Amino acid sequence: MSTEAQVGHFPAVDWEGGALPYRVGHRKLGMWLFIVSDSLTFSALLIGYSYLRASNVWPTPFPFYPSIVFSSVMTFCLLSSSLTMVFGVSASSKGDKAKARKWIFATIFFGAAFIVLHLIEWNHLIHEGMRPFYLPEHWVQAFTTTDGVPPSPLFGATFFTITGLHMFHVATGAVYLTIVALRVNKLKHEDIEISGLYWHFVDLVWMFVFPLIYIMSVDVGHHSGL
Amino acid sequence: MTAHAHAEEHFAGTNKLFISIWGWLVALTLVEIFLAYKPMPIHLMLLVLLGLSIIKAALIVAYFMHLKFERLSLILTIVPMLVVCIMLLFVFFPDSFRSAGLRYKFKEAPPVAPAPVEEP
Repeated sequence: MSTEAQVGHFPAVDWEGGALPYRVGHRKLGMWLFIVSDSLTFSALLIGYSYLRASNVWPTPFPFYPSIVFSSVMTFCLLSSSLTMVFGVSASSKGDKAKARKWIFATIFFGAAFIVLHLIEWNHLIHEGMRPFYLPEHWVQAFTTTDGVPPSPLFGATFFTITGLHMFHVATGAVYLTIVALRVNKLKHEDIEISGLYWHFVDLVWMFVFPLIYIMSVDVGHHSGL
Repeated sequence: MTAHAHAEEHFAGTNKLFISIWGWLVALTLVEIFLAYKPMPIHLMLLVLLGLSIIKAALIVAYFMHLKFERLSLILTIVPMLVVCIMLLFVFFPDSFRSAGLRYKFKEAPPVAPAPVEEP
């Protein structure tokens, strides 16, 4: 309210956008710009991964269990957390802060479940022998081409970098949402909506990481080395 | 607080709409998992998976992130810039095919010196 009342006598009123050309507050615009820049970070990483994959013999070692089962359940957790976040923002827009807080806590629960499942999944792979710059010996044997070209050891580097950065975003989001949930009565509706924007963005990134990193690396049996 | 301020806080979309969007997202994810076990050329698989991902991303941005209900000027500021920048990141991509080709030049046994011609 205050912003638009103050700009009523702002000199540049003939421009119909006024001081709020996007009809969003400066914080919300800032979050959108942050999301754009962070999208580019993830795009660069995923394109770099695709580059390495196209220029090397690439292993496709992920078994149905645990890798695909875990990553699918994790996807379900993130999608559901987005839904609960939308319910939270919706409740907040109706002024029901207590309900908004409950939904935000549900969102944090799903986010925490995602992190726990992801760490278990990482642990499986680390036990298998996967490291940022080494592949397990039995993967090297399985995916070496008939020409004798071994699979790229950078598989682990791209996997841990991209999923690790994403997991860091989920963890940051969980902390952010905890603060928002605890201070929900002091915050304006738009601030809650902004935290929702960040959380949905984390979900959105996973919609690209999951198919490109997990689904494209499923072990389907025929080891062509591609 | 005036009526105008109230209108600003309005958050469009019903819970029923959001649940149906969530249902679509889960369904498309299941399609992706199903496709993982369908034998098909890797390029076709990549194309289909990226197509599905872009649809899912659009659903999230439009409904969950509420961009569909924002002013057109905000959409036009954010979306084309992002798409163009991501396209620009692909500038280096063709080089990956070149470096993939380099390796196979040496896959055969290295050439050996021709046997000396015997003097008659």
